[in-house]
Order: sequence, then C-alpha cells, then structure tokens
Amino acid sequence: MTTGLPVSTILLITGFCLALIGLWGMLTQRNILRIIIGFALIDTGLHIVMVATGYIRGGTAPIIDAALSKADAARRAIDPVPSALVVTAIVIGLSVTAVMLAFAIRLYAAKKTLSIDAFTESKW
Amino acid sequence: MRRVFVIVTVALFALVFWRLIDAYSELQALRPLAQYYVVQGPIELGAPNIVTGILITYRGFDTLGEVAVLFMVAASVGLLLKSESTATATEAATEAEADDDSVPRRQPGEIVRTGMQVLLPMILTFGAYVIVNGHLSAGGGFQGGAIVASGAMLMLLARPGAALNVALLSVVESFAGVIYVMIGILGLVLAGGFLDARFLPRGEFGAFFSAGAIPLISALLGVKVGAELSVIIDRFRS
Repeated sequence: MTTGLPVSTILLITGFCLALIGLWGMLTQRNILRIIIGFALIDTGLHIVMVATGYIRGGTAPIIDAALSKADAARRAIDPVPSALVVTAIVIGLSVTAVMLAFAIRLYAAKKTLSIDAFTESKW
Repeated sequence: MRRVFVIVTVALFALVFWRLIDAYSELQALRPLAQYYVVQGPIELGAPNIVTGILITYRGFDTLGEVAVLFMVAASVGLLLKSESTATATEAATEAEADDDSVPRRQPGEIVRTGMQVLLPMILTFGAYVIVNGHLSAGGGFQGGAIVASGAMLMLLARPGAALNVALLSVVESFAGVIYVMIGILGLVLAGGFLDARFLPRGEFGAFFSAGAIPLISALLGVKVGAELSVIIDRFRS
C-alpha cells in the first residue's frame, strides 16, 4: 500500500464525500423515503469520519491477544474511544431512522403520497 | 433557483469538510485518555477487548441510556404505527376497495424459504457466538443483538404469515433490562461504582469465563437489543 495519502485522510475523504452525497440527496429529492436514505448516508459518512479520527499510524485493533501483547498495546493499538462512541452513534442513527420511517408511513396513510410537495401545511 | 441554493450549500459544506481534512494530521500516539484505557483497561477489568471494556464498564451508564433510547424507539414506533393501522383498518373496512395496499401479500420464493431453513440456525448461532465472545474478540451485545434481529427479519420475510410473539419478547426484554440495572447496583454495592463489573472474579485473562461481570452484561445487552430490534421489525411489517 503505497498511496501518498495517510490512511486516516483517505477515510476522512470517503466519509465526508458520503455525507455530502447524503446532503445533496436530502436537498434535491422530493420523495420522503429518498430523503431518509440521504439522512442515512450522512449518518454513515460521519461514522466513518469518527472511526478515522481514532486511527494511529500503523495501529491495529485494540484487542489483546496473541498478536498484540499487553506491553505492546500502548504503542500499537488504535484509539478505542472513537470506536466505542461510534457504537453509540450507530444505535442512535438507527433509532432516528426507525422513527422517521414510522412517520413516513403515517404521512403516506394521511395523503396517499410520499412526495414532500404534498405536505404544505407546515410550509412557510 | 433552488438548484443553485443546493449547489451553494453543498459546496460550502464541502469547503468546511475540506478544511477539516486539510488541518487533520494523523495521530502518532494515543491520546492520554486512550492511553489509560489501553494500558489499564486489560489489567483492571481483565477483558482483552478494550472497546467492550469501555462500552460496558467505563461508559456503562451511557450504554444503559442507549438501551433506554432503543426501548423508547420501539415504544414510539409501536405507538405511531398502531393507531395508524387501526384507523386505516376501519377506513378500509368501510371503503372495501382494492388499492395496492390490500392486495394479498406475495408468497416468498423457494430460494428464500429454503435458504431460511438452512441459514436461520446458523445466523442465530453466530449471533449468540458474537454476543458471548464480546469480551474476548470483536463483538458484543449490540452487534450480536443486531445479528439475531437480522435472523428474525429473514424469518419474517420467509414466512409472512408467521406472527412474532411480541408480548413474550417484551417480557424478555424488560427482564433483561431489570437484571442489567440490578447488576449495575450490585457493582455499586460490591465494587467501585454503578455498573462496575469487577464484583465477580476476574478469572484467567483471555479465558471464556473471565473479566468479571462483563460477559453477563454483554449477554443481557444482546438479549435486550435482539428482542427490541425484532419488535421494531415486526411493527414495521404490519
């Protein structure tokens, strides 16, 4: 692997690009389901970014076993804190997506359409 | 006009992100907090997987809150979809028309049905494996619970008529939550603080029964998350 860029930079670019695609999708699509997909893309992109900030050059997974001794861990393990935070973030993202999908079902039941243009009551 | 705004917004965000990437330099060594977790975590807790140690012990209260969020989502999705289904049920009964909602559900294909029979035991076994090995290798309660719920989803896809026993799942899930909190209080009484897993013997490092109460909490989390996600999936199906 001899790309000029460090691994975490590649991951950051990937994650932020995914978030931008999601933002673009949320702003341009008129279908509620596609807007939710855009949200999920932003979510995933930011998870990648968070994990990337924990990477340490030449690091490995913070699990002590035959491949990584306790004495070695301080030098070779990656930062475990962002990984632990991302587990939380994934669960919260799933929760928000589930609630949004439930609302989408309710909106569809109300208007028989999923286009955001049909819901003008709360438009300013 | 709107397109221009969208392009400008996305471009500005891209600028912000680009500046962030540009200013970020890859870590060369652990931050002090991470240093403490990586060095002291395995010694204090006896758990080889440091991420699980952080999730279940050092940040255990957070994890409890997270499980509470999942519970609230299951409840709110149920609330949102239940009143809707009863309202449309009466509506559909009065109208009795055949729009695309009320066509009979399509039967699953042969591949899905046979695949379910072959894969479901394996998926559930793998889920259980991931749950109980959370303190030794990559995995843990949340991940294993999600795998178990994916098995439940496959089952519901293959047998659309099958009803998930939501009441039983709710009871199981509530008991897992109650026992989880009681283990937390045991940690408060017998060890250093709420959800401190060190009141059980630490055991041999890397053995299956080790790391105090971490495998126990992990298993409870797995049961709880699996049950909650299965309930959420079942609510969306109706």
